[in-house]
Amino acid sequence: MSSMMTRSISVLRKPPGRSRSILSSIWFALGLPFLLLVVWGIWATISPQKFFPGPIAIIQAFIETWVGPAFFADVLPSLARLGVGIVVSIAVGIVAGTVIGLVRWLRELLEPTLEFFRAVPPPVLVPILMLIFGPGDATRVLVILAGAVWPVLLNTIEGVRSTDSIMTETARSYALTPVQRLRYLVLPSASPRIMAGVRQSLSVALILMVISEMFNNSSGLGYRITYFQTNYLIAEMWSGILLLGLMGVLLAVIFGFVERRVLRWYHGIKEVERA
Amino acid sequence: MPETLLKVENLKKVYESSTGSVEAIGDISFEMQRGELVCIVGPSGCGKTTLLKCIAGLLAPTSGVIELDGKPVTHPPENMALVFQEYGRSLYPWLTVRGNVELPLKHKKLSKSERAQLVDDALLAVGLDHAGNSYPWQLSGGMQQRVAIARAVAYQPEVLIMDEPFAAVDAQTRADLEDLVRQLHRDRGMSLLFVTHDIDESVYLGERVIVLSKSPTWVQEDLPIDLAPERDQITTRALPRFTELRTHVYEQIQRAKRGEAVRPTV
Repeated sequence: MSSMMTRSISVLRKPPGRSRSILSSIWFALGLPFLLLVVWGIWATISPQKFFPGPIAIIQAFIETWVGPAFFADVLPSLARLGVGIVVSIAVGIVAGTVIGLVRWLRELLEPTLEFFRAVPPPVLVPILMLIFGPGDATRVLVILAGAVWPVLLNTIEGVRSTDSIMTETARSYALTPVQRLRYLVLPSASPRIMAGVRQSLSVALILMVISEMFNNSSGLGYRITYFQTNYLIAEMWSGILLLGLMGVLLAVIFGFVERRVLRWYHGIKEVERA
Repeated sequence: MPETLLKVENLKKVYESSTGSVEAIGDISFEMQRGELVCIVGPSGCGKTTLLKCIAGLLAPTSGVIELDGKPVTHPPENMALVFQEYGRSLYPWLTVRGNVELPLKHKKLSKSERAQLVDDALLAVGLDHAGNSYPWQLSGGMQQRVAIARAVAYQPEVLIMDEPFAAVDAQTRADLEDLVRQLHRDRGMSLLFVTHDIDESVYLGERVIVLSKSPTWVQEDLPIDLAPERDQITTRALPRFTELRTHVYEQIQRAKRGEAVRPTV
């Protein structure tokens, strides 16, 4: 009975328009963070802790620390390394993954080795890469690449490999050129897997950006946060962590935007299947 | 003036595997004239799809000759188009209906307007001129198969090969699609090789019905269908001659299933 009630209510509520549902979804999205902030603020006021400053202190530190020259000295270089690292990882992952996925003997030759390299936790590569290539921006991008390339690469291999046999026969029977097959069949059909890989890569890249900057570096978010920590600038340190979190959210938003465009057909099919 | 378009001679296909070899096609020979509509029927599992894949150049025969327009088929020929049973897996869901129909034309040497003209014309022919900008998955099964047919029509093949194209659509849609095939054959003089497991469909559509034996397959009968070229779902199917023909084919298939028919030794 009660389920019927809620059902009829939700049906009644729907017609008044999308604006209301957008408003309520914004409430849902921001409600919990807001609540957490309030609880945190009250808690920090009631029992002040040295290592856990209140939200207001952190927001103040955030503005003082990151708005101004530090934005150009630390945030931008970090963002640049992250951006280049992500773009190179995706490009290398898709190109190499497509080749490996299409060539069977290559795949059989490489797959065990790739699984091994993927299993190595990328942070341990940081000291080695620093030793070999020196502590430059290129090395840091290389660190990001070394970790973020795997999800894209392995998912692309799998996606390319599982191209539907009838779709492939269709392409063959209409004598599509190899380039056309790649452009109109293989890559689009692998794109859901590729995008799943990219999503994982983004978070790995962010982690590795920070870690790569914690080793002998003099700029970047990772370096700055470690610096604040070793100098007991606790609110500043937290503000750096907050900035990293925001960057993660920004990445997710950009990803979501791109994904909706690239996989419009895929979500469309899912919707039809669910209906 | 009849002219041989497709020639299949002593076709044999043996699948080799680790567990032993399976002879799917024993010895198939037949010819098809330009402009003909030939149906192929046979008991299930008789290697119809294997035969089509060999003719389409997607599968290499173990021995025998396939010639299209006098040229041996070794890879998918440019002047042949294929319509598969699984329309959902043959159309590309990331392309619109237009995109799907246009794709095989992209490597033909055509100007943009010629290409657009072919696409429009093909979509009109299958009654989907309004759906060009939809995606295949937004359409019903019957409409999706129409898109696949439009794609084949726009490609302007010498011969259109259809592999049980209507097996997965409902009966009413099926009747409409059968009439569409008849219409394409009549209006455009298209040569069609139509594989089906539906006996009525083969008699209703075909000018000739080739009955295959069970595997290893050979041609059990090559039956001319002497019905008038104008066919109608109601009146044609009610003709005594239609009933005679379908009964005959039905009996042949039953014999084929039981393996009673004896392969003539040449």
